[in-house]
Amino acid sequence: MINSSVYVPRILPELESFTPGHRACVGCGEVLALRLAFKAIGRDAIVANATGCMEIIASQLPYTNWKVPWIHTLFENTAAVASGIEAGLKAKMRKGHLPRRDTRVVAIAGDGGTADIGFQALSGALERGHNFLYICFDNEGYMNTGIQRSSATPYGATTTTSPAGKQSIGQFTWKKDMPGIAVAHNIPYVATACPSYPVDLIDKVKKGVETKGPAYIHIFSGCPTGWGCASDLTIKLGRLAVETGAFPIYEVENGRYTVNITPEKLKPVKDYMKPQRRFRHLTEDAVKEIEKRLREEYHKLLEKAECQS
Amino acid sequence: MAERAGIETSVAIGDAVKAADADVIAAYPITPQTHIVEHLAELVANGELDAEYIPVESEHSAMSACLGSAAAGARTFTASAGQGIELMHEVLYVASAMRLPIVMAVTNRAVSSPLSVWGDHSDVMSCRDVGWIQVFVENGQEAVDHTICAFRIAEDNNVLLPVMVNLDGFHLSHVIEPITVPDREEVEKYLPPNSYPLPLNPDKPVAMGDFAPPFIFTEAKWAQEMNIRKSYDHIIKAWQEFGEQFGRHYHPVEHYRTEGATTLLLTMGSFSETAMTAIDSMREKGEKVGLIRLRLWRPFPFEELRKALKGVDTLVVLDRAISVGGPGGPVASEVKAALYNQKDRPSVVSFVGGLGGRDVTREGFETIINRGREIAEKGSENEFEIHGVRE
Repeated sequence: MINSSVYVPRILPELESFTPGHRACVGCGEVLALRLAFKAIGRDAIVANATGCMEIIASQLPYTNWKVPWIHTLFENTAAVASGIEAGLKAKMRKGHLPRRDTRVVAIAGDGGTADIGFQALSGALERGHNFLYICFDNEGYMNTGIQRSSATPYGATTTTSPAGKQSIGQFTWKKDMPGIAVAHNIPYVATACPSYPVDLIDKVKKGVETKGPAYIHIFSGCPTGWGCASDLTIKLGRLAVETGAFPIYEVENGRYTVNITPEKLKPVKDYMKPQRRFRHLTEDAVKEIEKRLREEYHKLLEKAECQS
Repeated sequence: MAERAGIETSVAIGDAVKAADADVIAAYPITPQTHIVEHLAELVANGELDAEYIPVESEHSAMSACLGSAAAGARTFTASAGQGIELMHEVLYVASAMRLPIVMAVTNRAVSSPLSVWGDHSDVMSCRDVGWIQVFVENGQEAVDHTICAFRIAEDNNVLLPVMVNLDGFHLSHVIEPITVPDREEVEKYLPPNSYPLPLNPDKPVAMGDFAPPFIFTEAKWAQEMNIRKSYDHIIKAWQEFGEQFGRHYHPVEHYRTEGATTLLLTMGSFSETAMTAIDSMREKGEKVGLIRLRLWRPFPFEELRKALKGVDTLVVLDRAISVGGPGGPVASEVKAALYNQKDRPSVVSFVGGLGGRDVTREGFETIINRGREIAEKGSENEFEIHGVRE
């Protein structure tokens, strides 16, 4: 692995649209991803933010960390709000009430706001083909409300509403495939990313905002608070998730899959799981079972990419 | 100049939205609102109205898209009814608290269960406290006029609040009446371009919808209360100027044959027109009865209502909604509250009727008024009575 800490800060855009002074937890991967994403998005943008960590850490009256126009209304409606903004700008520009320009509408939400409660509004907005970028910051649970399970929580993780116990392994459902569901809407651009790979993340967000039509980016964002790990492990765990095949990094452009990061040999999944308290109760056998399923999923993804090349 | 023609109320509302040159319409179909949004979709499809029509996947998203559109400074319209209003309920609070000028026509409909697509006021009464300006209309012409007035009031920079125009589902929405829909040139003279003061604009970033800890939440709510109270004068002004330009005059509380009346009936919406015929027939018999119609439901017209009830012995209120397990009719209970501290106040008798599309006939209104007077005189064990129910 190249030591990106040396060159990355030099090649990233200096522009910041999200300022310091927010209230995110120490080691928050989500706010780092947010900051990186907005380096790519720039200032000619309007943000619709779902209720959740990124909303609550940056918007206590009378303060804000946002240097771009920003609106938060509710939890489950962010994609709908974004579609209203896009339609409003479009109508006003067409009717000459606003000068024509390429202002980007960006909707941001967590995994709960995307895969659970905001699912319908997102599906509607993708299907209608609005010109907007939707970013899901996935920390694999409802961390803002105290670490409850979502449909993006991985199998076997213990959370406050999927607790491991004598009769339970913890979360007993498999992580919902949100990027796959976005792809099924036949939108022009879908990608996964992780702030542990900042250049890849920024490139993808750039592609996303430049896409004409809906774009969906799913960013895997480490959460030391919710995952029960040391706060200096966020970046390392992001890399391990990718290197073990737990969270593959890929993009789908007009239906064509590219797996962007393909480790020569996947590391054992236990390397990724071991530092996290949420997986600590799992037996070796359980970890092996999880690894088996993750490998299968990973190879299915590789096949999707290969069979079209 | 626009001409008077026979037209369905729903279609006329669509034409009024076109005359107001709306920028964005976000709507989800629900009976009996469909004819409004179908007509708007057609106007957009034919290029007669230059607007974005967002065919959203639910009413929750309809109102949410309206939030985004209004926040971007676009003139925004939607329509809904019944379950649709219930599904968008939480979004309604946000629209008013964030001061987003959205106009919504509500073809009032019952709320399940049992399922009923027919009219009553259960939907609007459940959103009494959402902070919207709420107006009731009683015929097609009023529906058109108040749609136009609603844009003017909502977008007035002294107001900046969403406005709900309530019209009875089917009883009014599907009725063909002679209606004059003002044309765009006429409406332009009355309705200035939308000048939302701080829209979402990258040149002048704003943060909208922050969260409020306890130290400031109360102040935010008080500011909202002050805002809607102060909107009252601007509503009156908007109606006055509408009257001056179009010759049709509207007031928060409307009177019908109230001179010298000792008993008044209070109704809202299209039932008022049937109630008028009952008043006429009772007046012919020499009875001192009259009718008042509450046009403005929010902000509640306390002063006008008290003034209208000076010297009246009995007020009979007919609600088309029921507060189950509570005082019966929500309008009656608010009217009672408004009068409680007055020295000289009438007895208020509460009736619930016309639920889920059930008609109240002229004879029905006479029965209600007569029974109301009897209760006022002799008293009753019940908080309210339900008109025409088979037990």
